[in-house]
Amino acid sequence: MKMRSIPFLLFLFPILFTFPFLPSPVLSASDLILAKVDRRVSLLGFRSLSLFFTSHCHSFKLHCQGFRFSFQFQNQPGSDLRIRIDLTSQIVRITTSLKVENTGSDVVSEILLSFPENQANHLAYLKATLSEGKGKVKPSAGAGLPVEVVHPKDLPPALTIYSVSLPKGLGKGDSLTLVVLAVLTHTLQPFPEKINQGDIQLLLFQESAQYLSPYAVKVQSLTVKLPDARIESYTKLENAKLQGSELKYGPYENLPPFSYLPIVIHFENNQPFAVAKELVREIEISHWGNVQITEHYDIIHAGAQSKGEFSRLDYQTRPYLRGASAFRRLVARLPPRAHSVYYRDEIGNISTSSLWGDSKKTELEIEPRYPMFGGWKTAFTIGYGLPLRDYLFGSEGKRFLNITFGAPINQLVIDTLFIKVVLPEGSKDISVSAPFPVKQWQETKLSHLDIGGRPVVVLEKNNVVPEHNEHFQVYYKFNSLSMLREPLMLISGFFFLFIACIVYTHADISISKSSASYLAKLQWDEVQATVQQVHSIISRCLTAHDKLETSLYDLSRSGDIQACKATRKSVDSSLKELSKELKLPLAFLQSSPQAAQILPKVEELVAKERELQDKLLAKHTTVVDCYEKKLGGREIENRIAPQQQKINALKQEIDDLMDVIDEI
Amino acid sequence: MVVTSKPSPMALDLLHSLPKTLKLKTKQQELLIRVATLSLIYVLAFATRLFSVLRYESMIHEFDPYFNYRTTLFLTRHGFSEFWNWFDSESWYPLGRIVGGTLYPGLMLTAAAIHSLLRFLRLAVHIREVCVLTAPFFASNTTLVAYFFAKEVWDSGAGLVAAALIAVCPGYISRSVAGSYDNEGVAIFALLLTFYLFVKAVNTGSLAWALASAFGYFYMVSAWGGYVFIINLVPLYVLVLLVTGRYSLRLYVAYNCMYVVGMLLAMQIRFVGFQHVQSGEHMAAMGVFFLLQVFFFLDWVRHLLSDTKLFQAFLRITVTSAVAVGAVALGVGMASGYISPWTGRFYSLLDPTYAKDHIPIIASVSEHQPTAWSSFMFDFHILLFLFPAGLYFCFKRLSDATIFLVLYGLTSMYFAGVMVRLILVATPAVCLISAIAVSATVKNLTRLVRAKSPSVQSGSSKGTSTAKSSSKGVVDNSQPFQKNGAIVLLLGAFYLLSRYAIHCTWVTSEAYSSPSIVLAARGAHGNRVIFDDYREAYFWLRQNTPPDAKVMSWWDYGYQITAMGNRTVIVDNNTWNNTHIATVGRAMSSYEDEAYEIMRSLDVDYVLVVFGGVTGYSSDDINKFLWMVRIGGGVFPVIKEPDYLVNGEYRVDKGAAPKMLNCLMYKLSYYRFGELTTEYGKPPGYDRARGVEIGNKDIKLEYLEEAFTTQNWIVRIYKVKPPKNRLWTNFEYVELVELLLLPLSSWKVIDPLRPEINILIV
Repeated sequence: MKMRSIPFLLFLFPILFTFPFLPSPVLSASDLILAKVDRRVSLLGFRSLSLFFTSHCHSFKLHCQGFRFSFQFQNQPGSDLRIRIDLTSQIVRITTSLKVENTGSDVVSEILLSFPENQANHLAYLKATLSEGKGKVKPSAGAGLPVEVVHPKDLPPALTIYSVSLPKGLGKGDSLTLVVLAVLTHTLQPFPEKINQGDIQLLLFQESAQYLSPYAVKVQSLTVKLPDARIESYTKLENAKLQGSELKYGPYENLPPFSYLPIVIHFENNQPFAVAKELVREIEISHWGNVQITEHYDIIHAGAQSKGEFSRLDYQTRPYLRGASAFRRLVARLPPRAHSVYYRDEIGNISTSSLWGDSKKTELEIEPRYPMFGGWKTAFTIGYGLPLRDYLFGSEGKRFLNITFGAPINQLVIDTLFIKVVLPEGSKDISVSAPFPVKQWQETKLSHLDIGGRPVVVLEKNNVVPEHNEHFQVYYKFNSLSMLREPLMLISGFFFLFIACIVYTHADISISKSSASYLAKLQWDEVQATVQQVHSIISRCLTAHDKLETSLYDLSRSGDIQACKATRKSVDSSLKELSKELKLPLAFLQSSPQAAQILPKVEELVAKERELQDKLLAKHTTVVDCYEKKLGGREIENRIAPQQQKINALKQEIDDLMDVIDEI
Repeated sequence: MVVTSKPSPMALDLLHSLPKTLKLKTKQQELLIRVATLSLIYVLAFATRLFSVLRYESMIHEFDPYFNYRTTLFLTRHGFSEFWNWFDSESWYPLGRIVGGTLYPGLMLTAAAIHSLLRFLRLAVHIREVCVLTAPFFASNTTLVAYFFAKEVWDSGAGLVAAALIAVCPGYISRSVAGSYDNEGVAIFALLLTFYLFVKAVNTGSLAWALASAFGYFYMVSAWGGYVFIINLVPLYVLVLLVTGRYSLRLYVAYNCMYVVGMLLAMQIRFVGFQHVQSGEHMAAMGVFFLLQVFFFLDWVRHLLSDTKLFQAFLRITVTSAVAVGAVALGVGMASGYISPWTGRFYSLLDPTYAKDHIPIIASVSEHQPTAWSSFMFDFHILLFLFPAGLYFCFKRLSDATIFLVLYGLTSMYFAGVMVRLILVATPAVCLISAIAVSATVKNLTRLVRAKSPSVQSGSSKGTSTAKSSSKGVVDNSQPFQKNGAIVLLLGAFYLLSRYAIHCTWVTSEAYSSPSIVLAARGAHGNRVIFDDYREAYFWLRQNTPPDAKVMSWWDYGYQITAMGNRTVIVDNNTWNNTHIATVGRAMSSYEDEAYEIMRSLDVDYVLVVFGGVTGYSSDDINKFLWMVRIGGGVFPVIKEPDYLVNGEYRVDKGAAPKMLNCLMYKLSYYRFGELTTEYGKPPGYDRARGVEIGNKDIKLEYLEEAFTTQNWIVRIYKVKPPKNRLWTNFEYVELVELLLLPLSSWKVIDPLRPEINILIV
């Protein structure tokens, strides 16, 4: 509770960093290879605090000049400086909650956090939040304070310094509670590095039990959450406690600045070590109502390498014993209303996946083609469509896409993530707003029915963890009328195609208008037309004949001789007209040399038709006469029987001839 | 059938009553119906081939298509020049393969052209989709060609029937379903097109058509080795026309133009090159070419000489000298090696038993077996019966065109009988000839039926009057039941044709639409179980082996490994080097240590075997193993087939030959299989593909280790271990001494590592 100022210029004493080369007394239970041990160093300090490092023979000397004020972590029972490290997955999450108090006189607006270079490379995510209440603070809740990399002059380049800007300056004697979440990837070292199919995967984790800072720490404790499995060994310090799967160090009190107490934990972890070497997410917007997402994964099992035989028999009979370190499935949590989901790779569809969902989410469980053992790689693509209205909004004449940044697969570490947002053709004034710094540039992509290509915004980010699944926005301008361009293009394309066809069939495109073959073709066309004409005239004659027959039939039913005669008259006249009409085409056919082959048939047809006509007329006359004479049915039948026979034969012949002529 | 049913007068009246704008002439109506039918057939031919896409996915099938796909991919990525000069070091390690010079590029160029056209039209399709749909697209085009061909030979009715028949004929579908991206897919189109254009050229005597047929021939040559059929059938046809006295100037123009231009074009294909004028298979065409010149010359001389006696004498001298010169030229050519003799493949076509004795590698392929009757029935169904009927109609109306069709039908039927896969070549001919039968029959029948219809109409219209109706009987004096019979026959024909359509659809969906890369079976609850083991293994190879790893497998899987696994193979489906394949066969059939030496000499890193013992998949390597032994033994007499047989019987159980039980293939297939229970109630190590318990359950591998086995054990991959250290020198030395002291054949008997074999053989 009481604050204790640290005297000025006290930082002259050197702090010995146990560097990887030093033999470490803390590696208690095992003869581990120290070169593999990773180290994490954090520094907490002020910008105004000038730190002076000199490196001599594996040691840093920390020197402070011009000191005006200093910080101290207040001793507040239970809630002072607590570090909690989560090692249950392949991602290391370090949550530090610390209470800072300004014991100096100047107002302070920035706090520096520092990491050594090898740590900074693995640092995927860093977020600092202010905690107001005294209760438990979730590091993910609330907006983080702005954090940026700074390069103080007199610090060695091996340290990367992050500066946390406070919303308002911290006056003398004021205090605040800061929660810092640091997410590290590729920090857990498999040991042994190569294991057999049946072996479990053991990991090494190294950390300092005491919080490393340039300031005195009053009370500090460290809790490491391990997975529910075997713990091979851990550094047994005097106040280390193992409770279930939680390992506790501390509390340590009144620590001088830059205290360092290395610990090593060697434990079993068979969680999937799925690392995407590269993930390309393509988000394609269609203003017709769909956002199509295509994700190309390039996945490796980054845990302990497998060596020796892979026995399917062992794996099949005891999968959790003889393939404990392998993972066989991954679960992707897709947004709700995701549709048309597919899962495939370069050589085709992968049939081992299942999909279910409710109104909150869609879950896609995918199985790679083979179980993933350590060091094995696979690559695949998943794709799905999302309704546009959930993701596209408008503001101030601009549209913007609001969609999550990271991958939907659980607990996946992504080494390099490319996000390509494909905007519709004709989009302008494109800008991106992302919650963290990303590299970005623009490309164009040629897709269906594009003329100039669609603008593509590419975002690149390294070392992405699930914490990065935040929304980002792409703003652009797009005229709704441009949507109609592609359908119109299609319509006009087909329109012109048909026009071209019509023009082709109707236009005469032969080169030489005077060549013999061209003339012959013209003549032949004419002959064909004429033959068609003859054909139609004859068929009209036949219709007239049918009329005659019908009139006879009516006569047999009604006995109305007058009506029958009237029909006869009209038919007579029409037949006469038809025979007149027939003369012209016939004359043409006779004169044309091209028609020489068809002419006999046509003439035969005409002759037969005339004969049929005569017979029919004769028959008609006979029947009408008989009716006028009131003869009996049988009598009439007998009289016309010979005629009828001939008529039928003629009809047959004419039909055949008509067929023949029709086929010309 | 649609054509033959002309609109009735009633319909005509109806049409006349329609508004003037809609009025169509009969001709136009017929044209409309014809075009509509044809376009429906076009769509049908495409759609019926999509079963596999709907049922599985858009993927490449079988074995050879994977090579074609891989080369097409290369072509689209690197351009034509690179493709043409491509030396592929990923296959036939360490020899490599000059791909540009050893393939027929027509298919790849076609697909790439379609792809770039679609790209140009801004349709962003993947080349795989283009490849998958190339065969159905060309099948659709083939129906159009069939229509025009039958129209040329017979009439447009027969054309429509032919188009409809060929659109669904299983014999053609078997090689042209979506995904079957093989040369045959486009080659049948090219074949029929060439024939059609040539017949058209002969019918018209037009140089333009002959030139077109030469280009059709060029396309065919670029697409498939089956072009040899064209270049032998056409001369045969010309010869038949000459013998039957149908020689005409039209024929002269057509053949000369087609042969000369076609030959020059064909020689541009690197794989053919000078073979076209030098190899024995092409000599018939050249001979007929010269014969035609002699014929033409004689014709001209006869025209000049009015004296027949003088001409007879001249004829005798000329023919004798021409034959003599030809024979001498052929003899000299053969003797000097300028004209290469017929290849084995050609021989095996003429003599079905040839391959079995001389070229086991050809005989080992199932599609090269002689055709069984059942597969004829399966692939042709009613066409098999319509074919002779069609031949009858062709003979009845003999013309230059029908003679061609008859020749094509008869020769291709013969070849179809020799080899299963050549059913494909016979299919268009069978369809065309059957179409003529169907069309002619239906036409005759409908004419009979329609001849009756006016009198029936008049009879019925005069219905009530008994006196009038009796006149019907008077009219029908010729054959009393003719019309009824015709109707019955017509219905029968329609029934048969509908059975044909049903059969074709059933065959397509059941038999020919399986990609054979993905296997599907019915599960215990009737659900569909998919075995995707091939792709599992190939993808594992692709992802988890070094990029320069060499994979040894039997040649069947070579193309797939290079295309899907992207790894170097020792041998593949392009079986151009028999010795190399025999080396692999020898390795597979040797003991592990001998095989290890062979594999070391070939730099093999992984060995891949296909094994169906767990799933009951019967076309696995154990069942192909005898062919490996035969092919290996054909080159290396160390391998003897009887060593693997017991009393001439091939077995894998306890009674198997000791060499069989310990050869590499057996070990790799059954490694640790003895511990697995495959079927309830059967002992462990029960092989479901062969239905026996295996004979060697305790298999230890010394030089190889299991690298990967797929989920259903169908593909097993082994890693070849690096050689042991010098500790082995002693053993090697002992072996070497023994090797020097003993005759070659017996040195393995005293193998110090294998005392049990020692006992067994001695």
